[in-house]
Formats: sequence, C-alpha cells, structure tokens
Amino acid sequence: MLVAASLAACGSKESAGSSAEGKSSAAGTKSSAKEINLLNVSYDPTRELYENYNKAFAAYWEKEKGQKVTIKQSHGGSGAQSRSVIDGLEADVVTLALGYDIDAIQKKGLIKEGWQSKFDLNSTPYNSTIVFLVRKGNPKQIKDWNDLIKNDVQVITPNPKTSGGARWNYLAAWGYALKQNNNDEEKTKEFVRDLYKHVPVLDTGARGATTTFVERGIGDVLLAWENEALLSVKELGPDKFDIVYPSVSILAEPPVAVVDKVVDKKGTREVAEGYLKYLYSEEGQKIAAENFYRPTLASVLDQYKDTFKDIQLFTLKDVFGTWDETQANHFSDGGVFDQIYTPGK
Amino acid sequence: MSQVKTGRSRVLPGFGLTLGYSVAYLSLVVLLPLSALLINSTGLDWAKFWQVATDPRVLASYRISFTTSAAAALVDTVLGLLLAWVLVRYEFPGRKLCDALIDLPFALPTAVAGVSLTALYAPNGWVGSLLEPLGIKIAFSQQGITLALMFIGLPFVVRTLQPVLQDAERDAEEASATLGAGRFRTFRSVILPGLVPPLLTGFALAFARGIGEYGSVVFISGNMPMKTEIAPLLIMSKLEQYDYAGAAAVALLLLLISFLMLLVINSLQRWSGRRKEAV
Repeated sequence: MLVAASLAACGSKESAGSSAEGKSSAAGTKSSAKEINLLNVSYDPTRELYENYNKAFAAYWEKEKGQKVTIKQSHGGSGAQSRSVIDGLEADVVTLALGYDIDAIQKKGLIKEGWQSKFDLNSTPYNSTIVFLVRKGNPKQIKDWNDLIKNDVQVITPNPKTSGGARWNYLAAWGYALKQNNNDEEKTKEFVRDLYKHVPVLDTGARGATTTFVERGIGDVLLAWENEALLSVKELGPDKFDIVYPSVSILAEPPVAVVDKVVDKKGTREVAEGYLKYLYSEEGQKIAAENFYRPTLASVLDQYKDTFKDIQLFTLKDVFGTWDETQANHFSDGGVFDQIYTPGK
Repeated sequence: MSQVKTGRSRVLPGFGLTLGYSVAYLSLVVLLPLSALLINSTGLDWAKFWQVATDPRVLASYRISFTTSAAAALVDTVLGLLLAWVLVRYEFPGRKLCDALIDLPFALPTAVAGVSLTALYAPNGWVGSLLEPLGIKIAFSQQGITLALMFIGLPFVVRTLQPVLQDAERDAEEASATLGAGRFRTFRSVILPGLVPPLLTGFALAFARGIGEYGSVVFISGNMPMKTEIAPLLIMSKLEQYDYAGAAAVALLLLLISFLMLLVINSLQRWSGRRKEAV
C-alpha cells in the first residue's frame, strides 16, 4: 500500500517535475515517502483562515501527489513575524499584511527579487479594504471619511509606526483626501493631521485597537480591515455594531511569498509553491471568503456579493507607488506621519 | 547605640552597598561594551546617533519614561515600606497569602497586567467609571503609565526591605521608647536610618524596571506621541520599520541615562551607609 502510494507520488512527480528545479525535485522524491512539514508564517487575523485552509490543502495535496503534508502556523504582528523570519525562523512560506514586510525579508537575501510577480495579482490571492465600524445605529451619523473630523467624533486606529494594518488605514484616509482635494498635497496633509487629532488612543496593533473600541467602549468609529469588521460583527452580535462603507477606500493587499532559501534547503519548494498556488483555486478562494477576506476569483466573489459590498477602491500603486517609496515618504522617521505629530502641534 | 548599629551592619554586610557595586560594575563591564557592539554592528555613526537621540519625540519619550518611572518608584518606596512593615511585624490571618501575593507581578506576564489594569481603569471599567465623573483620568494618561509601573515595581521594594526589617533588633526601639522618645521620634531616629540603604536599593530597582518596561504600559498609556509615548515603545516602533540602528541609538541613550541615575543612587546609598556607621 505504502509502496503503491510512493510509486504514485513518483509518477505524478515525473509529470510535474519539468517545472520544478532538479535539486528540489530530487529532495521531494526522497521526502515523498515520509511526512512533509511546512511552516506558514503569517500575521494575526489570518489564524482561522489558515486553520481551515491547511486542512483543505493537505487533503488536496495527498489526493493529487500522494504526499502527506503537515502545515504549521505562526501568527503575530506582521512586522514582528517578518523580523522572526529574518532572524532565522524557518518559514517555507510567508503570508503577511503588507508587501513592505516581505520586501524586508527579500533585502536580507532569503527571498529572491521579483517575488511579487511570482504569483498572480501581485502575489495577492485574497484582499481586503478599510471600512468603518461604528456603534449600533451610528449615533454620530458617520458616512464617509470627512465625517471623521467633525467636532466631537473620536476615531480609533493603531499607530502606523508600530502596526502594518494601521498603515493601510492611514493610506486609505490619505487617498480619499487626495481625491477630494484634487491632488492638493497640502490640503490632504491638513485633513490627515485633523483626522489624527481625533484619535484619543494609539494602540500598537490592530487587535489592541479593536479591544479599545469594542471592550473599553472608547471612540465613535474604528478604522478596521473589512475582514476584522465583519468578524467583530459576527462574534459580538449585529445588535452592537454597524459597518459603514466609505465612498472610497484602499485595496488592502496582503501578499504571499515562498521563502526561497528555506525551501531550497529543506527541499520543499514544490509543495510550498503548490500551497500558495492553491489559495487561488475555487476551494481556497471560498475559504478566504468564509473568513471574510475578499476573494479575487470573480466566480467566488459573485457568490459572496452580499458579504462584500461593492465600493470604489484604489491601489497602493495608483496613489503611492511602491512600498519602499510609501514607507520613506510617510512612515519613516521625519516622514509625513512624524510631521503631523511633531511639536508645535 | 552605636554598638547596636555596627552590629546590625555586620548582620547584613552592606546589602545595599554590595548590590550597588554589583550593578555599577555589571553596567561598566557588560552593558556598555555590549551596547558598543550593538552600535558597531548596526553601522551607526555619531551624526546619525545624535540625530536620532535629539529628535523631539524621542526626547519627550525619555522625559515621560523617566518621570513616570521615578514617580512610580517613589510611591512604591512608601507603599513598599508599609507593606514590608506590616508583613514582618504583625501576625494576622492570611499573612502568608499576602506575602505570596507580593510576588505576583514578577510571575505575571506584564502584558496581562497591562490589559487587566486597562480594563479596570478605562472610562467604562470598574474603577475608571467611578473616577471619570470626578474628572480623574487614569487610563490613557501618564497617571495610567505610573500606575502600571507601580504595579510591576512594588515587589522590588518589599523584597528588599523585608530581610532588613526581619533582622532589625527591636531592643533599640524598646530602648528608645524607655528613654522617653515618642513613636515618631523612635521611627525617625532609630528605625529609619537603618532602612535608608535598602529603601534606596528598592527605589533604584523599581525605577530601573520601570524605565525598561514595555508590555504593561503600551495597553494603558494610549501611546500618544509627545504625551504618553514611552521610550521602549519608540524602540519597538523603530524595529517595526527595520530601523535597527535607530532602535539601538534610542536604547543606548536610555541605557546610559539609567546607568548614570543608578550610579547616583548607589553613591547616595554608600553615603548614607557610611553616615550611619559614623553615628
């Protein structure tokens, strides 16, 4: 039985082997008889998503290739996770909150250049956006970004300098204001400065901000990833919170990448690539949608169109360019975010 | 009188003193070269170091870290003395339990402490909701940071004082009382002088701990730049941007300042120890 299975595995490898590199396919054949371990280093809110996806992928891979795969997960703040990988955590794949965190790993030589074009759609199998979570009935009548700077409105968002997610919040607000002010940078800056004046607490991470808003009852509106907002409403009851979709928001793209150095060393390239590729399959997309991430496959998105409201989205590339540029202009020391907060203010 | 005192310092041969020396030498021999190494490896030069270290936001965070740590350590010194006194001098039901509870902040992950304190003192928390109508704001202010630092610093003071109080001989107090001194006089001239070195040690430990504390503070402080942003948070924030050199610069300066302050406290201790022996 075992022999048959491993023979089948070798057989299918032959056919798939042409695309895989010699070294990894040799190692793959050797390890096909025993169990393969993959480590997926991800960020906080994807825990449930990958718990479900890992089961589905293991079943798919065993059926397809006859190999048993066990996938381990590691979750934490996106930046901290990226640093762990840089410092030697042997991740086969990384699935992080922003491209900047994967760029950082690439700069240390663990991931080859051009990782973002290795998989479809800038290596982003699912995406999300930034929406508003408000208290039931929306007592402050918050409809769009410009309502956030009304007199007594308090906005909860984490610190963009310590939280990757918070950078998307900031960029979403920036993009809106830029559009509203016909690309006038000064007016845009003024708007964002105003917005952060309405922030009473700057948590270090997205989950902390959610706690502040939900548990501590502070603030009138929480800037949140759509998936987090949908999850909050589901977990805490739709009688407590409403989701408000602003007129325009950012397309938040959490990308994925294979950690080349690790998979070449471990001989897990084929399965690691398969793991990320399967995220784009109908099954992978459905699991993403069920965990409130926007699927990128049109047919699946269509099935879930009641969950994911259609809003106008702009991409990072449209407005800000690459992550390196965005980081340098806005979030690095002395950047726009610091200017908004430097003294005299 | 002087017999008793020299006797006492022989029982505990300069507890505060030895600790002070150890801390000082440890800092000189281990910490400074370590930080020099850190600076070297991150490729930091003096210009960059200066630029990072004098950034207004960094300076503000130092000010907040040091003032809240000092305030918390000060309160802890008074509270700790009281607690240690009660635990050593009185028998009461539940004393052993109380004694064990003192160590709780040591064992508790500080983030848990931070989250619990925030839940208590947030405007809708048990305590916060009572204070809010009175206009007292604890969570998300410097008072909140101080509170968190008090919580994690208290055991240092209590545990430093306990053995000293335990060993203190009561005959001096009794003699003082028989000679007609009032309670306050006895406390001030007989008990307190012997306690100054351990009090200073306790203060220094609580203070040093407070400066480096991260986990419990980030939840209760609100992390507002220039207002409630502590220095360790800025270090984390720089790490989050992969700015290892900047993080090292902030950390090094923090280390240097704390080292200098500990040195001052140690000399104070030495001085009070000497003065005591001279009496």
